[in-house]
Amino acid sequence: MPDFDYRQKAWSAGLIVLFFVAWELFCLMTGMSDLVLPRPSQVFVTLFEKFPILWPHILQTLATTMIGFVLGVGLGVVLGAVIGVSKTAYDTAYPLLVGFSSIPKVAVVPIFVLWFGSGSVPAVLTALSICFFPIVVNIATGLATTEPELEDVLKALGASKLDILWNVGLPRTMPFFFASLKVAVSYAFVGAVLSETVASNRGIGNVMMTASSNFNVPLVFAGLFVLAGLGVALYVIFSVIEGRVTGWATRKSDVIAT
Amino acid sequence: MMRMQPHSEFSGLPVPASAAPIAIELSEASVTFGRGDRAVPALATTTLRIADGEFVALVGPSGCGKSTILRLASGLVQPSTGVVIVGGREVAARALRVGMAFQNPTMLPWMTIERNIMLPLKIVEPFRSQFRKLRKTEFRDKANALLEQVGLKGFGNRYPWQLSGGMLQRANLCRALIHEPRMLLLDEPFGALDQFTREELWSILQDLWIAHKPTVLLVTHDLREAAFLGSRICVMSARPGRILDDSHVTFARPRTVAMTFEPDFVALNQKLRAFIVDARTASKEVAATQGAA
Repeated sequence: MPDFDYRQKAWSAGLIVLFFVAWELFCLMTGMSDLVLPRPSQVFVTLFEKFPILWPHILQTLATTMIGFVLGVGLGVVLGAVIGVSKTAYDTAYPLLVGFSSIPKVAVVPIFVLWFGSGSVPAVLTALSICFFPIVVNIATGLATTEPELEDVLKALGASKLDILWNVGLPRTMPFFFASLKVAVSYAFVGAVLSETVASNRGIGNVMMTASSNFNVPLVFAGLFVLAGLGVALYVIFSVIEGRVTGWATRKSDVIAT
Repeated sequence: MMRMQPHSEFSGLPVPASAAPIAIELSEASVTFGRGDRAVPALATTTLRIADGEFVALVGPSGCGKSTILRLASGLVQPSTGVVIVGGREVAARALRVGMAFQNPTMLPWMTIERNIMLPLKIVEPFRSQFRKLRKTEFRDKANALLEQVGLKGFGNRYPWQLSGGMLQRANLCRALIHEPRMLLLDEPFGALDQFTREELWSILQDLWIAHKPTVLLVTHDLREAAFLGSRICVMSARPGRILDDSHVTFARPRTVAMTFEPDFVALNQKLRAFIVDARTASKEVAATQGAA
């Protein structure tokens, strides 16, 4: 549950501030060139100045990420449910899934580009393919580990398999699902940005790629900051929804980090 | 005061006290889990008839297959041999209006107590098709009426983890009863409770039974509980279980906890106890001879 007490929040904020201060001091004291490691103050200034230019790219990356994420979640839930309900399907499909997930997604991007050209489509597909696996595994595990006692309650009433899935299996799986959502949304970002750096003329990934070839290192870091900010924002959104939906599962601890 | 009928499994069936129709019938039913070398016989060939409206308590040493009989009657387990007929139909995948409560209250943790109790109404016809319509408020009132009956008034909107074990078990009883089942299958529902809560719930269950006269099959370790609640007590042998004794309990109802200390009651308890002690000893001797061979 996103139910930190205020002291915890203050510590977290303090640590972030401390991190940037230490970075700044490190650069100043060692006389680090901003071609290697720009100071955070420089990065923030660049971010502020270039924001009008960055904005459409931010929207582009956000859009491809979210489309890939939503499709990945949809596919992952369906596949996870199918695999989780049946022991046979679980055992049969698992090796294939693991094999698929072990492929480095960098290696897949050129194939997507070959099929669909450069641009948004490979970014969406990369985001999808990288984020759907944790969803499948978590949904399948959640369903497969549902306590038989809980199912028996409904079975004894003559409930159908679908009734049991709907009333016991899926609600029981929600904590697993949300845990995986938070992981998946970060993965989707990685996938989209990865594809943009390789083959796109839009998006934050492309901005960073171009900036680094121009030795505009502060802009590269500004891109990183944007990505980190977006990642945190989406994580927080899902944490809040998670707290609302699955508060019953985390009542004992304050935070379940994933 | 009471009538004991010693009964061997080959001598025919115990005659139900009344001519009421048969609610649960096991004919030559046995259950074996697993196959081949790993086969574990859980229930030896057993024949048992329970009349409509009877309150039968099933006692016996642990692991003797008491719960298996219950799971047979509920359709959760299929007989390996023989036939199980419940409510005039062979138990198939789909059970009829059976209410079931286990030792573990198994409330779904993501639902309030009230919604947990209303769960059977979402599953069992004819309530199921009415659930989404106007009757939801009516169903909620029904759940709350039951909660009040078991002394949980006002706890409907709490979550299961906010309630004590005894309270959960009361809620569990409500859930087993809400769809007005003609048959209640109870698997040690009070096993994990303290003595006083247990006795209190005995009386509540007895009142509910007197009011609605469902057929009840109660599995229990507690001989006092069996004698207090049961109209009939079946004693089972050690694994693989079979029915050693089947007798009617004729104490007047409503029974009170004070009655459980009267000589007749104590005598019945001792008699039941002797059966189970014998069964345990016998099973140990069998195990010893098997070990030697």
